Amino acid sequence: MNVRELLSSLIPAGAALVLTVVAFSLAVGLAGFPPVEVWSLILQGGFGDAFAWQNTLQRAAPLLLTGLSVALPAQAGRTIIGSEGALGLGGLAAAALGHAMQAQPAVVVWPLMALAGALVGGLWIGLVGWLREAREVNETIASLLMSFIAIAVFNQMVETVLRDPASLNKPSTHPLPEALMLPPLPGLDVHWGLGLGLIAAVVAGAVLKFTPLGLALRVAGGNPTTGLGVGLRVSALTIGACAAGGACAGLAGAVEVAAVHGAANASLLAGYGTTGILIAFAARFSPWGVIPVAVLVGGIAASGSLLQRRLGLPDAAVLVLLGFAFVALIGCETLRGRRWPQRQRRAAAPPAPTVIAEPAHG
Amino acid sequence: MGVPLAILGGAIRVGTPLLWVSLGETVTEKAGRINLGLEGTLLMGAMTAFAVSLGTGQPWLGVLAAALVGTVLGLLHGLLCGLPRVNDIALGIALMLAGSGLAFWLGKPLIQPSAPPLPAVPIGTALTDQPALRAALDINPLFVLGLVGALAVHLVLQRSRIGLKLRVVGDSDPAARAFGLAVGRYRMGATAFGGACAGVGGASLSLFYPGAWSEALSSGQGVMAVALVIFARWDPRRCIWAALLFGGASAISPALQALGYSQGYYLLAALPYVVTLAILIGIGRPSAEAGAPGELSLNR
Repeated sequence: MNVRELLSSLIPAGAALVLTVVAFSLAVGLAGFPPVEVWSLILQGGFGDAFAWQNTLQRAAPLLLTGLSVALPAQAGRTIIGSEGALGLGGLAAAALGHAMQAQPAVVVWPLMALAGALVGGLWIGLVGWLREAREVNETIASLLMSFIAIAVFNQMVETVLRDPASLNKPSTHPLPEALMLPPLPGLDVHWGLGLGLIAAVVAGAVLKFTPLGLALRVAGGNPTTGLGVGLRVSALTIGACAAGGACAGLAGAVEVAAVHGAANASLLAGYGTTGILIAFAARFSPWGVIPVAVLVGGIAASGSLLQRRLGLPDAAVLVLLGFAFVALIGCETLRGRRWPQRQRRAAAPPAPTVIAEPAHG
Repeated sequence: MGVPLAILGGAIRVGTPLLWVSLGETVTEKAGRINLGLEGTLLMGAMTAFAVSLGTGQPWLGVLAAALVGTVLGLLHGLLCGLPRVNDIALGIALMLAGSGLAFWLGKPLIQPSAPPLPAVPIGTALTDQPALRAALDINPLFVLGLVGALAVHLVLQRSRIGLKLRVVGDSDPAARAFGLAVGRYRMGATAFGGACAGVGGASLSLFYPGAWSEALSSGQGVMAVALVIFARWDPRRCIWAALLFGGASAISPALQALGYSQGYYLLAALPYVVTLAILIGIGRPSAEAGAPGELSLNR
């Protein structure tokens, strides 16, 4: 990223930050809470100490993957908004597999659980990509419909075939045995899902930036006609990108089951898929950009409990802050790369001969 | 006799907010925009209607306030999407987050009390003495209004000058500009109308059925609107059937459960989505003849 690109990103991001701070301060102020204290608690609760960071990273882990699940198809020109359903089905598959293999050693079961989640999610969103290529079905709507269908399948399975009879009030699949729960990263209190998410984001970004495959994908997404013209298999590339995105969402579900919930139930569908859409847009579909945005969102979400404890601010306030921030970020995209007329004229004017002559005099 | 009527009654109860939300979204999409933020609008409408009805004792004032709040949120979407390089899908989802957050926040004190509900249109009471049938057929006044609204929107879109202009704006940006139409204003107006309708849909949730305010009030009806509009192929009259079908699919399970069938509850409720997807697969890219607005990002 060169300096001009960086600057053109900083202007909209800065404007969005200012708008968000003003709007949210106004909102908490009107509700009778001291804005300065609210902001300092958000910083403290999200990023203030080791405990806050662990909480933040814990929440960022699934967001990294769901952000990628939207960013990767977007690189190939596909707007996918159905990650929530793919996440649910991925988690369901992992929970079912983990329960079926509960007697096996964890080192065997974990990779299989991850694979099962990624495979189910990948197939689900891959199908959406295929429908677009084969039948010109709009992928945005198709992924939304598929998400609704996935959530219905999820609920149906959790309440019938895969239900643990011991889960009475809150239907749930059979819990994983303790030995199969994903441990924290060494030296941290954050589970391995964070590591997986980071690796996925770094690798995806590197593939896009440095490999022929990544270039092919971006050409296919940016200008399909050119892609076909230079002999790229555009359909296969876009379907593949959708499937890769779905695999990330499914993996997020598997990780949440193995590291946090221990089973598949309604808590799994907590909106990580929906937030992932916004994270991907805010990161402008860059896999590396997803990392800081996901951490920031995780931090804001993590600060909610501190705000509630200290000031009695309702937990929905965090949702409002995130909503304001994303509205501002997406709205301020309009400032990006705007060519101010004056600068345009100056750049277009040919250099005057006197300017060239000047150094000779000096 | 009892079961089909119970299903119809249930379809109307569950379908009324769907009818309003899809009616509004039809107009928005007819102008070439898509608003995915109606879930937030719906919740804000539900919360506002409940609060106003609680405060004033006038449920109809609540409906009006909900429509106003919806208009404001719709205007915000319309205004921001009018700026260059602002993505309507992403902005809709962001507004969904902001709207539901605000509704939950402001609605915290409203979870306990009960507000005066909208009075039912007593068709059941007039027809029968059976309490179950009465409950099924004493219908939501907003459903009746929604029927009238659907026909009115249809007439306006098809027969009036402003309706024709709106459709031109939604169908072809260059053509609309050639005619000297202020494209941005039409889209903003259509999005504001869509927001107002979604607000009324929310009022139907909190003031009639289920008739209280809670954070679990909406089960995604706002997002469903997009599916309903496709199902109705951008025809306001068909929104009625779409709403009844989607509502009926959710209502049929309790009715069947009463008869002893309890399998497939969720799958049955998801059937309309499968059908919508099948329709899309069948027709492929929706054509102008099918009523699909050409400027809609989903159809390009």
